[in-house]
Amino acid sequence: MDAMMLDRREFVRELLIDRGDLLVISGLGSATYDAAAAGDHPLNFYLWGAMGGTAMIGLGLALARPDRRVAVITGDGDFLMGLGSLATIGVKQPKNLAIVVLDNAHYGETGMQASATQAGIDPVAMALACRFKQAREVSRIEAAASVRALLHSGEGPLLINARITSEDTPRVLPLRDGHAIKQRFIDALNAV
Amino acid sequence: MHSPTNIETANIEASWPDAIYAQLRRVGVRQVGYVPDAGHSRLIKLCQDDPNIADVVLTTEEEGVGLVAGAALGGQRAALLMQSSGVGNCINMFSLLRNCGFGCVVLVTMRGEFGEFNPWQVPMGSITDDVLKLSGFLTYRIDSSADVDDIVGAGCDMAFDGNLQVAILLSQRLIGRKQWTR
Repeated sequence: MDAMMLDRREFVRELLIDRGDLLVISGLGSATYDAAAAGDHPLNFYLWGAMGGTAMIGLGLALARPDRRVAVITGDGDFLMGLGSLATIGVKQPKNLAIVVLDNAHYGETGMQASATQAGIDPVAMALACRFKQAREVSRIEAAASVRALLHSGEGPLLINARITSEDTPRVLPLRDGHAIKQRFIDALNAV
Repeated sequence: MHSPTNIETANIEASWPDAIYAQLRRVGVRQVGYVPDAGHSRLIKLCQDDPNIADVVLTTEEEGVGLVAGAALGGQRAALLMQSSGVGNCINMFSLLRNCGFGCVVLVTMRGEFGEFNPWQVPMGSITDDVLKLSGFLTYRIDSSADVDDIVGAGCDMAFDGNLQVAILLSQRLIGRKQWTR
């Protein structure tokens, strides 16, 4: 296990500093808790299910709103379940879409079973193979500021694989009512 | 890019895919996700050729469910085109539509029913309508090209005016058997 790894809460909090009008889709489980812990925001669309679909929600939103930046923040388990969407996104080349994989190489919600990334399956290489404009791995908190800049102005599609520790973090539970999460997001997006 | 000859396209009666396309345009659909199906080939081409529609080729149908949700968050209407086998791929992802109330129109070309030559299509084709209903969809079945405009139009209005999930099953009788045995 690499000694140099990120604390997920600290990293996501750093990414969302001064977020402005950034649109955030968070994947089910810890990624949703991380986004909520960084500060509840109406432009967060929290997923509590639909595993494997987070990146595609990001694509639909990025295509609908090319004037806005879209950040998908999700775990390695959700990412791996939707691998085909990397190809789908690569075909469409959305310039305004970024995917941040919080990679702890485990299924954290279900008992910390190993995920495929633990065996060396590489999200960065897969993103590049799918014609993402940029893809890189980060494992030090010092890199957070440059990743934040990428989310706001890097040419997409781009992917950041963030190597995070597999330490358990307290659950921070945002809204669960899907209709409410959706409507709050749409209202906030239309208000800006 | 389109191949210069497409036998599937040529064999399909032109009117009903054009009627669907006109309804999608009428209600302002801006994104269309699809896994290709021969029965949808003309409609797919119409969407690809329309600069007002983002056509998104999916690697598997459940990706389209996420696409619809994302489009709706961004204020755009989206439709999905798939074969009946693809409905089975979507079941868990459909919970996203129902849970959040995302309006959605799914146009399903049926296999595994009238005159099917491939028995491997039958298990999924024979449960497609039930699966959709259990997943929260209103379903409408079309057997005759004369009904396409009316039913697709009504389905689109219900889906997008009321944030409902509507599936329109285009029966194998409508699509025609000829194309499967060229």
